[in-house]
Amino acid sequence: MMEQTLSAISQWAIPFLFFLFLAVGWVRKVPVYEAFIQGASEGFQIAVRIIPYMVAMFVAIKVFRVSGAMDILAWICSPVLNLIGAPPEVLPLAVMRPLSGSSALGLASELIHTYGPDSFIGRLASVMQGTTDTTFFVLTVYFGSVGIRRYRHAVPLGLTADLIGLFVSLYICHLFFR
Amino acid sequence: MLNLIWLIMILGGIAAAAFNGRIDLVTESLFSSANEAVNVCLGLIGLMTLWLGILEVAKQAGFIRFLGRLLRPIVARLFPDVPPDHPAMGSIIMNISANILGLGNAATPFGLKAMDELQKLNPHPDTATDAMCTFLAANTSCIVLVPATIVGIRVAAGSANPSEIVGPTMFVTGFTMFTILLLDYCWRNFFRDKYRRRRK
Repeated sequence: MMEQTLSAISQWAIPFLFFLFLAVGWVRKVPVYEAFIQGASEGFQIAVRIIPYMVAMFVAIKVFRVSGAMDILAWICSPVLNLIGAPPEVLPLAVMRPLSGSSALGLASELIHTYGPDSFIGRLASVMQGTTDTTFFVLTVYFGSVGIRRYRHAVPLGLTADLIGLFVSLYICHLFFR
Repeated sequence: MLNLIWLIMILGGIAAAAFNGRIDLVTESLFSSANEAVNVCLGLIGLMTLWLGILEVAKQAGFIRFLGRLLRPIVARLFPDVPPDHPAMGSIIMNISANILGLGNAATPFGLKAMDELQKLNPHPDTATDAMCTFLAANTSCIVLVPATIVGIRVAAGSANPSEIVGPTMFVTGFTMFTILLLDYCWRNFFRDKYRRRRK
């Protein structure tokens, strides 16, 4: 039941939003074509802006993996990872995710690229990347902007959100993609 | 922290390669993976362009404000310390709706404005208030409708069904946001008295 609902959402979300945004734009007399072109012109810059992060992460994770260092890390962490059913390949992504969005995107892209977008690891990396946020970055920028030094429970809350996101992603991927 | 992780991955990798006798693989993978990274970014251009274009239409059609109006009754309940007609409330709502729509660039100015307004309600300017913590919890756990960048990466990698992760992502982020706001609510009420007493 849940599987069918979620895959229907996956199929319908993008066409539905396209239709909704364009139709409402038309009704509200937005010059839709000009607006589209205006927004779309930023796409190239964004893709180019992440190149340094992507190169840094692709290189690091590739060296880490071909050298056998990943196997050592996987061996050390295997008791815990086996227990929760997580492939060790996604461990660096889980660690990187709260620290830097673009770096995590680089790691996720490398996993998707290397293991294939339709492999279990590729799908899990896709969901993990989409479901957690760069907690430390957000907290630093937002609290920093008004001079707050004592963050109180914002840090545990943000990190708990990331942990819940990771575990539920893992659960959903096992349920959905295995 | 970032520096440390990156260093561990590369230095640890090279050391392990030397130890395992795989040093010849290091040079080759350094070069090939740098190229792969750029190719992935280039493959991302098409989808990013398309998606940012359609989001701009949504923005100009007033979707942030529209979603904000729908969310107001729920959001107002999450911030009991903020008067409903205070400018902080407006900025918080606009930030959350921009985040839900995936308009990261539009969300940040609203978010900074919200922090600025919340700070005006703060009796201890160096310490975060409950409302600030709730706001940032909502911000970092926000529900995602379409994770466009990752769909773009999947398109670039030649996925047979690039958008199959949209439903699961929406479910997981929705679940996370709900749980975190509930946790925040409990935390606030559980520690409220203790915190106030200590502050006096």
